[in-house]
Amino acid sequence: MATPSAEPAAAQTHHQFPLPKILEYPASTPPTLITQGAEGRLYRSTYLVPDLPCALKYRPPKPWRHPTLDQRLTKHRILSEARILAKCRRDGVRVPAIYAVDETAGWLMLEWIHGGPIRARINERLGKRTEGIAEDAELKDLMRRMGAAVGKMHQVGVVHGDLTTSNLMLNPSPASADSDSKNFLDGEVVIIDLGLASGSTSEEDRAVDLYVLERAFGSTHPRAECVFSELLDAYRGMFKQAPGVLKKLEDVRMRGRKRSMLG
Amino acid sequence: MSLETITLDHLPSSHEVHAVLFRDVKNAPFLHQQLLARNSDFEYGLVDASVVVSRLQLLSAVFKATLTAVNGALKTPNVHSEIVIALNSSSNIADSYRRFGISPSTKDLIAVKVTFPAEDGTEPLTSEQIWEHLKANVEGEALAITDDNISAATDLAKVRKYYKLNGLKWLDDIKDEKLKLKEVETLVIGGMALRGV
Repeated sequence: MATPSAEPAAAQTHHQFPLPKILEYPASTPPTLITQGAEGRLYRSTYLVPDLPCALKYRPPKPWRHPTLDQRLTKHRILSEARILAKCRRDGVRVPAIYAVDETAGWLMLEWIHGGPIRARINERLGKRTEGIAEDAELKDLMRRMGAAVGKMHQVGVVHGDLTTSNLMLNPSPASADSDSKNFLDGEVVIIDLGLASGSTSEEDRAVDLYVLERAFGSTHPRAECVFSELLDAYRGMFKQAPGVLKKLEDVRMRGRKRSMLG
Repeated sequence: MSLETITLDHLPSSHEVHAVLFRDVKNAPFLHQQLLARNSDFEYGLVDASVVVSRLQLLSAVFKATLTAVNGALKTPNVHSEIVIALNSSSNIADSYRRFGISPSTKDLIAVKVTFPAEDGTEPLTSEQIWEHLKANVEGEALAITDDNISAATDLAKVRKYYKLNGLKWLDDIKDEKLKLKEVETLVIGGMALRGV
């Protein structure tokens, strides 16, 4: 059973990995491999009907692990990510919606988030500029929206575990799509890849989340480091415990991500 | 013919989905009785339309049930009963039938038939045969499975109760009714996907 071979050349280069079984069944558009992580692969496909794009997150079997253990780990990780996404969604945090789950086969079908990662959008925005970044009102506004999104997630009791500007998407609103010349950084901040997320309300875990984001931000966008405080400032206003978290962040900065000095 | 044959992505091409909505069904007790009697002529997924918010929700249940059947992991006698339990966001089977399946008091009814070649090689029923049988046995106005036709039958209070969507302030705060329904649909589909896990 082959996928429609409308674009054999592209399919050849993309499908160097064997497709998961679910993607071998016919679909209105051939699946494309978007990215490959350490644990899994992300495909773009469609859910049920041709006009609903979706993301398929697939964790293939790891041949180097014992099969029983492999099954259990994969199942556990798929389900824990799915549960966290469902919790966020119910509590009004903007994350991809869940369409379908098959934990035994190792896949998760999610809403396709349009737009691109904030990392790319900020880099486009910065270009070769070296001056006036600290006064860029639109960029600062985006930072504030990022802070609000992270704050909202923490508020409902979820920590991300791998916050970077690649795991924050900027989803353009339908309105701004027509008039994109007006504000380039318009749109809704969507948090993605909650594969390492967990439920936690501890100051420590929340502060580490912010610390990881701060470090990632500093190394991906060194020239924009000056606006990061906007993000923290917006975060502060999001929930009651936020000021405590920011205080904790200062401790974490002093010592690094790991609390114990082991490992 | 109001019966629609639907092709769903990511299902084997051997499996076909046929679905239709009946409004103001007069003989629900009879149809319910056929299910209880396991009359194989009435092997349909019979869904009470009041707990369905959209076409996508229905198709999600059909997709999930069919995939479970293909994988050989059915929890109920056949793919059609599996459609009914696939709608539930918890894993209690008796509860699923009661809440999402046809009952003697069902007014609006969705009938789904999934066809595939049998193991002994018998050809599956054709869409015309299915339609003839439904038309002859369901007393109600046949309509296409569209979002508009479905939403005319939806009991949102019941949906929100069954999918535990009450007390979500952000949801209640959405002013645009269309947007709100879309969010409800998303939460419902997520709940179905995560049933009992």
